[in-house]
Amino acid sequence: MPLLQVHGITKRFPGVLALDAVDMAIEPGEVLAVIGENGAGKSTLMKILAGIQASDDGEILIDDTPVTIDSPRRATELGIALIHQELNLCDNLTVAANIYLGREPRTFGLIDREAIHQGATTALTQIGLNIAPNTLLRELPIGHQQLIEIAKALSTQARVLIMDEPTSSLTSEEAKALFIVINDLRGRGVAIVYISHRLSEVTALADRVTVLRDGQNAGELARTAIHHNAMVSLMVGRNVSQYYAHQPHEAGEIILQAEDLVVPAWPEHPLNFSVHRGEIVGIAGLVGAGRTELLQVLFGIAPALAGRVLIDGEPQRLHSPVDAIRAGLALVPEDRKQQGLILEMAVADNIGLPGLHRHHRMGFADYARQNADAEQLIQRLSIRTPDAGQIVQYLSGGNQQKVVLAKWLALDPRVLLLDEPTRGIDVGAKEEIYRLMEELAATGVAVLFASSEMEEILGMSDRTFVMHEGHITGQLQRADLSEEAIMHLATGKAA
Amino acid sequence: MKKIFGILGLLVTVFALTWILEPRFASAYNLQNIIRWTSLFGIISIGVAFVIITGGIDLSVGSLIGLVGCTITLLLADGYSIPVALAMVMALSLTIGLLHGLLITRIGLQPFVVTLCGLLFYRGFARWLTHDQVQGFGSSYEGLRHLAIGKIPLTDSFSIPIPFFILVFIGIIAALFLNRTIWGRYLLALGRNEEAARYSGIQIERMKILAYVICSGTAGLGGILFALDVNSVQPAAHGNFYELYAIAAAVLGGCSLRGGEGSILGVIIGAAVMRVLYNAINILGIPTQLEFAIIGAVILIGVIADELIRRMAANRRAARES
Repeated sequence: MPLLQVHGITKRFPGVLALDAVDMAIEPGEVLAVIGENGAGKSTLMKILAGIQASDDGEILIDDTPVTIDSPRRATELGIALIHQELNLCDNLTVAANIYLGREPRTFGLIDREAIHQGATTALTQIGLNIAPNTLLRELPIGHQQLIEIAKALSTQARVLIMDEPTSSLTSEEAKALFIVINDLRGRGVAIVYISHRLSEVTALADRVTVLRDGQNAGELARTAIHHNAMVSLMVGRNVSQYYAHQPHEAGEIILQAEDLVVPAWPEHPLNFSVHRGEIVGIAGLVGAGRTELLQVLFGIAPALAGRVLIDGEPQRLHSPVDAIRAGLALVPEDRKQQGLILEMAVADNIGLPGLHRHHRMGFADYARQNADAEQLIQRLSIRTPDAGQIVQYLSGGNQQKVVLAKWLALDPRVLLLDEPTRGIDVGAKEEIYRLMEELAATGVAVLFASSEMEEILGMSDRTFVMHEGHITGQLQRADLSEEAIMHLATGKAA
Repeated sequence: MKKIFGILGLLVTVFALTWILEPRFASAYNLQNIIRWTSLFGIISIGVAFVIITGGIDLSVGSLIGLVGCTITLLLADGYSIPVALAMVMALSLTIGLLHGLLITRIGLQPFVVTLCGLLFYRGFARWLTHDQVQGFGSSYEGLRHLAIGKIPLTDSFSIPIPFFILVFIGIIAALFLNRTIWGRYLLALGRNEEAARYSGIQIERMKILAYVICSGTAGLGGILFALDVNSVQPAAHGNFYELYAIAAAVLGGCSLRGGEGSILGVIIGAAVMRVLYNAINILGIPTQLEFAIIGAVILIGVIADELIRRMAANRRAARES
């Protein structure tokens, strides 16, 4: 008998039908993966289950009994716990205080520290985390913090645990620890709804996969049918054998060269590498390997402690993004909402921002030219927006990312740096960004991109550096590129 | 633009109510006073708006006005010529702004703390310089005082105070700077998202310093005009609370303390609301003890109404799109 069933759930938002008669069911002790492109309706469905949003139609059954979940509190009472993608913890409080936040046991109105301590100890044991409950949360690595969220959910006697992209900020070691916990919970009869873009995780974990597309059920895969291609074709509704546009490039002369470059985060390992004109170079590695730090040094965000960077054989002083842009570099940063875009500003104004100083008359900005250039880039990158004056935050993730790219294309960079260029965007937009990287390389731009997605590294790069704890542990030519070779180097073993 | 209609509505309402309750409110003499004082406060509020747009704050404006008032009278009394004295106090103001900017960007101190220290320091320094003695221009310098108290006749009965023309001049420059130049765009951008602005190659430190220099610069100019206007500068009190009036005017005029938003016209109207309210309290015979309470209440009602209207507009847009 299913523990939780969802029948015909429908949710309308202004202008969109977010969920259109969606069904879902989960048994005790089952890991159900819910996958789909961004905007497919996964998050909305989970929010309805967690009582954050109300559905317009349809019914929810727990143990075959219809229930209404009209508030997060009600969801908790029914044994449903949602673990958000972003952690909802207070890092200035202790682990125990976080686990009991909002439902502290009290005696005479004062917090009963003893009860909290004991309850937290039990919860921590359940997830196999051997730490003191009075540890301050901020002293824990992010992977442990994620586990604390799970402990918090378990301490509310949750029977259905919904995890939204739980590994998005974890290292692969931390993710492995999480999977052990998940497997353990499955053994104890907890039903787990697992939402992830990372299909390899889904393949490894899930007992069953439910695929959503455009707010509808697109299909289901049983354990034996869970394969990468099957999932992708259900998600996009077509066959995607030509997922990557990669063609090998004829690399030109060296354009970017780093000599004994010392990255502030890893001062003990000077880095040496070069990138050629018209080449796409991937930087692979586990989270925390130093890829972002390296790109930030190149872009002048965190200047190098020593060593030098040459562009076309000319040594460059890269002490700020201003220097880097002048030297012909551009960076599509890791966090597009925080670093890439000014969300409250219009598409055209975002695109024009880095180039504004190039066309001004005594300081007066040439907005007519900015807007004309922006229109062209919107066309070229097929950015889906009602018009150039639309506020960027109302665009989808993929279109936002294209706006970030457009910012830099307007300046005709010679070296394009990208940090996780397709993080959190849907398959269609990914494809377009890959095509754009290809196009740029074909025109002689050197493309250097860091990615945590193995498929992206394998699919896109002509050459790959693998990093581990601030080293470049090896370089792989396209012919030698394989998942095993990368993992070997990424875990610190020499080539 | 919508925000300006809101604040304009508030101004018209307060104006009309006061006029109905007390016809003397609309006398030429009274209106001229309101315009003069609105102009003086408008000038300092424009400077404060630039700092607020970067997401910062400047609490030192009132004390700087006090210090400038004391310094200019002392310099003139010491026999410096008018142009030299004016240049010296303006240089002093701009240097103070530069110092605020450097402390905030290079050392990384919080704007609140830096300018709070400024508030205390400039006040104390002004009192020490003058031994707490009231300063003034006496009956000389009538020509110079004309800048603050002079009028240009418009009709037989109505004249426009000279500070109004100074305000219009500064307002136009400020609006052009904010809306038409690349630096104005940079200030708005970094006020919204400093990190993204930096990643876009904007020299955010320089731009922030510029904002503090502009703010202290307008405070310096305002300080000169206020001193010329009252002709009796009390070192311990001259300019007290003016930073708060200026911040209130900026907020009423559509600046968000989160940064990244603001319009110069709105700020000027905001300053006008403050002055009309103040005048209304006096002319209607409301006990002046209530002055702060009333001004506080009206600002609060104004921002609540603004927030509610904005939400209604957002809901309407959402409904229209569905």
